[in-house]
Amino acid sequence: MMNPADPILPGALADATEKALAEAEIRLPADVLAAIERAAAAERDTVARRELENILENIALAGERRVPICQDTGVPVVYLTLPPDVPFTPDLFDAVREGVRRATASIPLRPNVVDPLTRENTGDNTGEGMPAIHVVPGDRFEVTVLPKGAGSENTSRIGMLLPSQAGEIPKFVAETMLIAGGKPCPPVFLGVGIGGTFDMAAALAKEALLLPVDTMDAYEQELCDAVNALGIGPMGLGGDTTALAVKVKRADCHTASLPVAVNVQCWACRRATVEVRR
Amino acid sequence: MTDLATPLGDEVLALRAGDQVTLSGTIYTARDEAHMRMIEEGIPFDPEGAAVYHCGPVIQDGRLVVAGPTTSARMNALTGFLIDAGVRALIGKGGMGPEVVEELRGRGVYLALTGGCAALAAARMSLSGVYFEDLGMAEAVWVIEADHLPLTVGIDAHGGDLFQAVRQKAKTQFHQRFNIR
Repeated sequence: MMNPADPILPGALADATEKALAEAEIRLPADVLAAIERAAAAERDTVARRELENILENIALAGERRVPICQDTGVPVVYLTLPPDVPFTPDLFDAVREGVRRATASIPLRPNVVDPLTRENTGDNTGEGMPAIHVVPGDRFEVTVLPKGAGSENTSRIGMLLPSQAGEIPKFVAETMLIAGGKPCPPVFLGVGIGGTFDMAAALAKEALLLPVDTMDAYEQELCDAVNALGIGPMGLGGDTTALAVKVKRADCHTASLPVAVNVQCWACRRATVEVRR
Repeated sequence: MTDLATPLGDEVLALRAGDQVTLSGTIYTARDEAHMRMIEEGIPFDPEGAAVYHCGPVIQDGRLVVAGPTTSARMNALTGFLIDAGVRALIGKGGMGPEVVEELRGRGVYLALTGGCAALAAARMSLSGVYFEDLGMAEAVWVIEADHLPLTVGIDAHGGDLFQAVRQKAKTQFHQRFNIR
């Protein structure tokens, strides 16, 4: 058993958080890059193809120049996996916040976190309740970061459908993108949460964005096809590719409920996992 | 592909929504607060033939780190005076409202830069000056020398609006697929 007061542990977690953010902000995961490359190769619309080529060139340049992929470096959503020998203490939250502060200065990140009413900027991407930190038990001590930009987050939607409306979910998902149009910087990845409760559906939708995007089951493919039929295309300029992938996470729910959440994610589906070295 | 350079003249009037162009020369960043300041105090640069870029860059030690486009529609109600003063091109992402389509008619164009392509944009830009620096990094008016920015004509000088055309088509597709009348 690790000693909860061991100063090495929070230090290592802060280091891992900073490292994960640098990795996520500068380089896209292989499955995300491959999805964009496939779309660029298949796209038939001239304008859309050039938009996708710009995106691929941008990704390459960000890596070469060691700069963030997008100037909206987002707000971090953090997932911690704790093995049985790591005690769940408030130190862990402080360590994550320290890692976020360091990453903001070292990468650098745009300071995006503000008071919700006065809009005063905290200057370091941490604040009251921010970043969001989700803790789950696991085999390895790992930190996963998902920096989320506002353009796509703002077009996300939750609906409390009637239990009889399960067949309407594809319509709800497509309608979310119809309303969003070019605003979330398509082509997008959509995380869809089905079931649970009001809050849980939203959490599931965000967790769905952590899933690998190189495979879709038949239902995910159906949702993806419904979105792509709209022809919104990259940046709302038209084309075959509006959604690069749709990923679904489900939970059981109350017999009288059917919560459905769609978390919209721009093409820059930034995520990275780093093991905490102890 | 048409290569444009600032100051822009009547050549922009021939462009059509969907055309692909590159733009080189001096451009000026402006977001919400810069527009409001310019309405109050006047335009600090020569607007004749100018290009205004909707962008809040990340700048570190006098260098552009990243400089992608921000959502242009926020400036819908703040744009007319720029076109009146001779600005020929607006650069941003997501398109602009019907009032701006009318303001650009016969006078200028809206050019779309791929959203999120902040590293690509910065690789083709260098900083050459600043106005309204007190507004802060994101809101100041940065003077930038651009080198062949890859852009798509989103709104042309003839009332053509690619964003609006795509939105209309998407709505029709949605209604057909889900049998909505």
